[in-house]
Amino acid sequence: MRFGFVILMTGLLLAGAAPAAEIPQAERRSGYSFMTPDTKAMQDDDTANPGMLWVLDGEALWKRKQGAANKACADCHNDASASMKGVAAHYPAFDKALDRPVDLEQRINLCRISHQQATPLPYESRDLLALTAFVAQQSRGAAIETGSDPQLEPFIAKGRALFTQRQGQLNLGCANCHDDNWDKRLAGSAITQAHPTGYPLYRLEWQSLGSLQRRLRACITGIRAQAYDYGAPELVELELYLMSRARGMPVETPAVRP
Amino acid sequence: MASALINVPKTAKRGDIIEIKTLMSHIMETGYRHTATGEVVPRDIITSFTCRFNGTEIFRADLFPAIAANPFITFFTRATDSGKFEFEWIGDQGFSETASASIIVE
Repeated sequence: MRFGFVILMTGLLLAGAAPAAEIPQAERRSGYSFMTPDTKAMQDDDTANPGMLWVLDGEALWKRKQGAANKACADCHNDASASMKGVAAHYPAFDKALDRPVDLEQRINLCRISHQQATPLPYESRDLLALTAFVAQQSRGAAIETGSDPQLEPFIAKGRALFTQRQGQLNLGCANCHDDNWDKRLAGSAITQAHPTGYPLYRLEWQSLGSLQRRLRACITGIRAQAYDYGAPELVELELYLMSRARGMPVETPAVRP
Repeated sequence: MASALINVPKTAKRGDIIEIKTLMSHIMETGYRHTATGEVVPRDIITSFTCRFNGTEIFRADLFPAIAANPFITFFTRATDSGKFEFEWIGDQGFSETASASIIVE
């Protein structure tokens, strides 16, 4: 009797402590592959993909002189199709001055502050999304290389810890859905694998372009936990881990998702 | 920073049926939503879309609050002559945008 109880308890403890298994490389899929043919067609056609509206705006902003320095992005970086090719595929990247990783939005704002002497653009503002989408679109089709810098290792580990940690009133971690149950559905929607290949992307639900941080905050609210503020180091570490786990997959920006 | 994306074939054979695709950047605020303090968010939608070919109207659509942001309007027409398609979007709060695209019909 007592022996049986111990076995049962051990079983429960094991089930509780079982680490989420990462998705094998060969089984990795982009969120694109979970979509309906209609939504795929919308992403594939640049004249039907609403994300391209932000890319066009970003192209105009790239050439517009800003701040006290009266400089445009193009004044230093010239033609984005050459200078920004493949750049977004490395983000979030390690920033030496800050001694921590920064994502693409933060990099754009750092550039605005130090080189253009302009005010940083607010998170999720149309201008910041437009510039980010324009820069990231120059890497479309390039393989994601985030995390190849060894300085990032401790931050990727922190991001991974956050990914697997249960939190909130529902006591769920990201991994409980996106590692363990990605082949199933949640309230009719496909549970995807958390490979952020197309950000910033156009979500039909948002009727707008949005950043990966917006998506993460929505997910954290969904498990009824307190969402981190935009730009919080925890969110950047989570972004970093997710991008590093999508390493080798092609950038889709601007993607479309339901 | 409103902008439009237009997809019209550059060339077509006379008599061909061609597809025209248009995407316009617009928030399409319904006028039915309230702020946290209870005030109505004023309606701000596109109300009318028109396409003219060489000055003659060939397609028109009225838009309503149930239409999603960034309206994508696509339609078919028969290629009769070379010329210019002119597109016009008119909406609330003085919204007015135009775009154009040319086609060569052989």
